[in-house]
Amino acid sequence: MPERLTELSVSLWRGGAEGRYETYRVPRRDSQTVLDVVTYVQRHIDPTLSYRFACRVGMCGSCAMTVNGRPRWTCRTHVAKVAGSGTLEIGPLENLPVIKDLATDMAPFFEKWREAKGAFAPSRTRADAMPPIRPDSSARIAADAAIECINCGVCYAACDTVRWNADYLGPAALNRAWTLVNDERDAGNAARLAAVAAGGGCHACHSHQSCQEHCPLSLNPTASIAGLKRRTTRAYLKGELKP
Amino acid sequence: MNVRLYVWQRGTAALMVPLVAVHLAVIFYATRQGLSAADILSRTRGSIAWASYYGLFVAAVSIHAAIGVRNVLTEWSPLTDRSAGRLAVAFGLLLAVLGFRAVAAVVL
Repeated sequence: MPERLTELSVSLWRGGAEGRYETYRVPRRDSQTVLDVVTYVQRHIDPTLSYRFACRVGMCGSCAMTVNGRPRWTCRTHVAKVAGSGTLEIGPLENLPVIKDLATDMAPFFEKWREAKGAFAPSRTRADAMPPIRPDSSARIAADAAIECINCGVCYAACDTVRWNADYLGPAALNRAWTLVNDERDAGNAARLAAVAAGGGCHACHSHQSCQEHCPLSLNPTASIAGLKRRTTRAYLKGELKP
Repeated sequence: MNVRLYVWQRGTAALMVPLVAVHLAVIFYATRQGLSAADILSRTRGSIAWASYYGLFVAAVSIHAAIGVRNVLTEWSPLTDRSAGRLAVAFGLLLAVLGFRAVAAVVL
């Protein structure tokens, strides 16, 4: 039986866009997560280390980082799963500007949610009755499959098309748009379909499926984007969209 | 790529599926039957069917390839979308001229 590790060698990105990896020794603990490791460095070795987290239980989507080359939610990533050799390299998410150390500027990510018309557009007032939505309707089933996104940015960091095309809205924003396209209460689909059918919209996706591969919640943004491609193509052929 | 370019590229791709299949079949037939250039020209000269078939093929290829080249340029080169679009149109026109010239050479 292999001897149990008592210490980890942890390289953390320090600095902004121009920076370097610095290595720290961190004690190995039972059930230790990658976020625990980063927190240990900040609390016991260097309090100037910057990183972002909130809930620590995989709900808020704020602690995503690049762990040994892959984007991951660090609070739900156990060290045992990713650092069998006792070595960890932790950097900020790819495809986003680095503010400092492990914290990225998420503004471009959320700006693209807005560009994709990711906000619900109400079709009724509060004086109207709630419209009934059947749980087994095809639109509700399609929305359900994509609705649990926590906005962690892992898919955005994993996407090659985001890397190559600065205008591309990205998997998370398009996945969000798809949930609203399938929301029978929403009144904003004309503007939404126009937004996602423009250059940088759903048709820029190459279907590499890195978003699906890396999504910590096992969502499939590629399938949502394929749905948007079908919906916008149909609207274009009917003359409802003028790109 | 917006939805209009997407529809044109996927549409021409769908169109080319049977065109490529028939084109490959023609190549196999011509080589296995040992047809000479004169044999081939005797079949194609003045043929509206072959002119239409390969004319459509050239048009589909020119549109499809130009849109693909535009995508590659916008993603992999520092060119702006407008410059990439112009280069892609020029590339598509070049393919069309070369292709239609070749079609004309065998049917006229």
